[in-house]
Amino acid sequence: MVAHADTVDPPLRRRLLETWETAPGLYGWLATVDHKTIGIRYLCTAFCFLLVGGAEALIMRVQLAQPNLKVLSPDAYNQLFSMHGTTMMFLYALPILSGFSNYLWPLMLGSRDMAFPRLNALSYWVFLFAGIFLYVSFPIGQAPNGGWFAYVPNTNLKYDPGINMDVFSLGLVFLGISTVVGSANFIVTLLRCRAPGMSVNRLPIMVWGTFTASAANLLAVPAVSLACIMLWLDRRCGTHFFDVAGGGQPLLWQHLFWMFGHPWVYALVLPAMGIVSDALPVFCRRPLVGYTLVAISTVATMILGFGVWVHHMFATGLPVMSLSFFSAASFVIAVPSAIGVFCWIATIWTGKPQFKTPFLFFAGFVMLFVIGGVSGFMTASVALDWQLTDSYFIVAHLHYVLLGINVFPVVGGVHFWFPKMTGRMMSERLGKWTFWTMLIGFNVAFFPMHITGLMGMPRRVYTYDADMGVGWLNLISTIGAFVFAVGVVLFLFNVWRSLRAGAPAGDNPWDAPTLEWSTTSPPPVYNFATIPQVASRYPLWEERLKESDERSIVGDAVPDGMVLDQGKETIGVSPLDAVPTVVLKMPGDSLLPLLLTIGMAALFFGMLALSLWLIVLGGICEIVTLAAWLTPKPHEAEERVELYE
Amino acid sequence: MSETAQNEVLPVGGAGPVSTAWWGMACLIATEGILFVYLIFSYAYLGSQQNGPWPPAGPPSLKLAIPNTIILIGSSIVLGWGLHLFRRTRNSRRLATTLFVTVVLGTVFVTIQGFEWAQKPFVFSTNAYSSAFFILTGVHMAHVVVGLVMLIMLLVWTLMGRFNQGHHEHLALGALYWHFVDVVWLAVFTTAYLVPQFK
Repeated sequence: MVAHADTVDPPLRRRLLETWETAPGLYGWLATVDHKTIGIRYLCTAFCFLLVGGAEALIMRVQLAQPNLKVLSPDAYNQLFSMHGTTMMFLYALPILSGFSNYLWPLMLGSRDMAFPRLNALSYWVFLFAGIFLYVSFPIGQAPNGGWFAYVPNTNLKYDPGINMDVFSLGLVFLGISTVVGSANFIVTLLRCRAPGMSVNRLPIMVWGTFTASAANLLAVPAVSLACIMLWLDRRCGTHFFDVAGGGQPLLWQHLFWMFGHPWVYALVLPAMGIVSDALPVFCRRPLVGYTLVAISTVATMILGFGVWVHHMFATGLPVMSLSFFSAASFVIAVPSAIGVFCWIATIWTGKPQFKTPFLFFAGFVMLFVIGGVSGFMTASVALDWQLTDSYFIVAHLHYVLLGINVFPVVGGVHFWFPKMTGRMMSERLGKWTFWTMLIGFNVAFFPMHITGLMGMPRRVYTYDADMGVGWLNLISTIGAFVFAVGVVLFLFNVWRSLRAGAPAGDNPWDAPTLEWSTTSPPPVYNFATIPQVASRYPLWEERLKESDERSIVGDAVPDGMVLDQGKETIGVSPLDAVPTVVLKMPGDSLLPLLLTIGMAALFFGMLALSLWLIVLGGICEIVTLAAWLTPKPHEAEERVELYE
Repeated sequence: MSETAQNEVLPVGGAGPVSTAWWGMACLIATEGILFVYLIFSYAYLGSQQNGPWPPAGPPSLKLAIPNTIILIGSSIVLGWGLHLFRRTRNSRRLATTLFVTVVLGTVFVTIQGFEWAQKPFVFSTNAYSSAFFILTGVHMAHVVVGLVMLIMLLVWTLMGRFNQGHHEHLALGALYWHFVDVVWLAVFTTAYLVPQFK
């Protein structure tokens, strides 16, 4: 029962617009807390970092195209591969998914915003500033150069005396704040800010994925923040956490890093898998096969993901008993992943596939995930891992996993939700060209690396000898990398052209079942004029699926929907069964998130420059801003929730 | 959706688990709590990797640590009692007094701890033990200081009469954080002070 534009109540819309709209001009631009704006900022910023990281990769591929080339010095190569990894892992892969979730969650969940809109703005600003921070020493040739996992003692002051690794360690702590703040916001939003009736068994899988990843981040990020603080203290304050001479232990770094690192890898893929689980079925014209199984295996993957970190450390001389345990755990984790794969294949198999661009990207994802998954399964075996670790085989594996499970669903997801975000369709023809160029380029670039690795080429070395016999394989990889880059350019061109001249999309161009498609494209700033009420997992497909007699109340200003127009407000529900329990007053535009971020930046730059007055200044700015932020404001104790008639 | 009552009256903002702020605080406590798990792991891991004794110079003295622990726990009890009274009597003068006493006890804790640090025969950069000891107790101390700033703000807002109209969500959450900091101290105290006594 989707209401059409003619049933909409103009005064209600006007009232909502007045309360929700962001102020015009520079102030509004800096002070907005609208989740849709923040989501799009996240997407654009993360995509810029993808381009930067991609450019770094291309330069490295040029250097590696033939043996003994001198395009890059060894030191420049070290900085490039470190910044490539750091950028892609930290500044692209998670933030891009946060972008989707920020934009889509309230729309999918039937809410008007995230639980903490100002924290949402804060997590974006901190992400942006931390990203810039990580690149601050790049122009002077002192960028982080210890790889994205920055092993000690290589990164100790003795062996790495510049500010390179100070930027890295402080930058990751800075960025970690953004991740944790964002994760907490997702968790509370899921638990409390949903449409009435959207019980946990009706959540889109993407919500499950991001929720699981967020819970993991909350528990994993402190490990790397602590490790990075210890590294910085070792380097600048003379402590001995990782220094053997003072009784320290380099393996402590690896333990802390991978206790974070492995859950993080799953945090980078679970929301992307969720994108596929939600969007792929739309192009198969049927609900996802095995919704419950997929939801459970999402959570199971994450829980198991906390118990496999040592498989990154098989070659460090740990006791065999411990290796066996972590090897077994790493094998077991294949089970929930396989459940997902079989559910996606079954969805395609039993559905009526429509070969639109997003479908191609999602189907391509399934294929790449299987290849990357199998090579991961192989390296779960200790014996094989000892042969393959630190070789190009691992490079091939991690790129199949990360590009396959993250980039392909992301690009497919952009094609899928672009109409919702902009009101315009992306070009199908260009989209298909993009897909095939990216798929072919990707495989040409990365498949040969399996062989390069098996032939013994080590990763992270700036060149190789001609008599290794891997020159031709590397040349193929380089060609593939450039083909892939052409695909990315095609994609950007498609985005640019469709923004200006794409066909109008309408509310629900793909005939999709979830709530975000029940509002206009692009959605109004308040998302829904009346809060939807959900009666099934697929509110817009109820007439067709006929799973029960109950019908959701969905649409813009429909009878019996909650109005909630006494100020900027939305509904809060009970965590499991989504019964309305509270009216939530939402904050308006605010500069506080930006101020807090600036204070934080002063603090971190102060630590980098070892400047006490900057640290103190930043600290004072933090306390004052937080006091203003948290000041209690008077409001009514209770409110009558009006229903629309 | 028949289960939604018509034109319901609902609380605004809400208190306890009904409010979103409570869940936000729960997330903060979860992530801070796990930070201390990693800190204690690091301390224990470094200890397990030593050839010599851990701590190298023998177990730390309990002479100041035990009274200090009692002071910190006492501050939690005073705060809890103060909030309980305020909920019943709505007397913000009495609330301000208990908040003030809590702040004083917290400050005494910080002072004694600083005094104890100064007495140590080693500094942060002496060896792995000193590094691990100071980062564990130091991160905790930082949390105590943050907690104190929170309590001082609550005291200021109480004196300004901000909590007279029944909004004590801030109080409840500030107290929750303070109790958390105290519970963490018990784990830190056990790890860094008690366990070495049994070697």
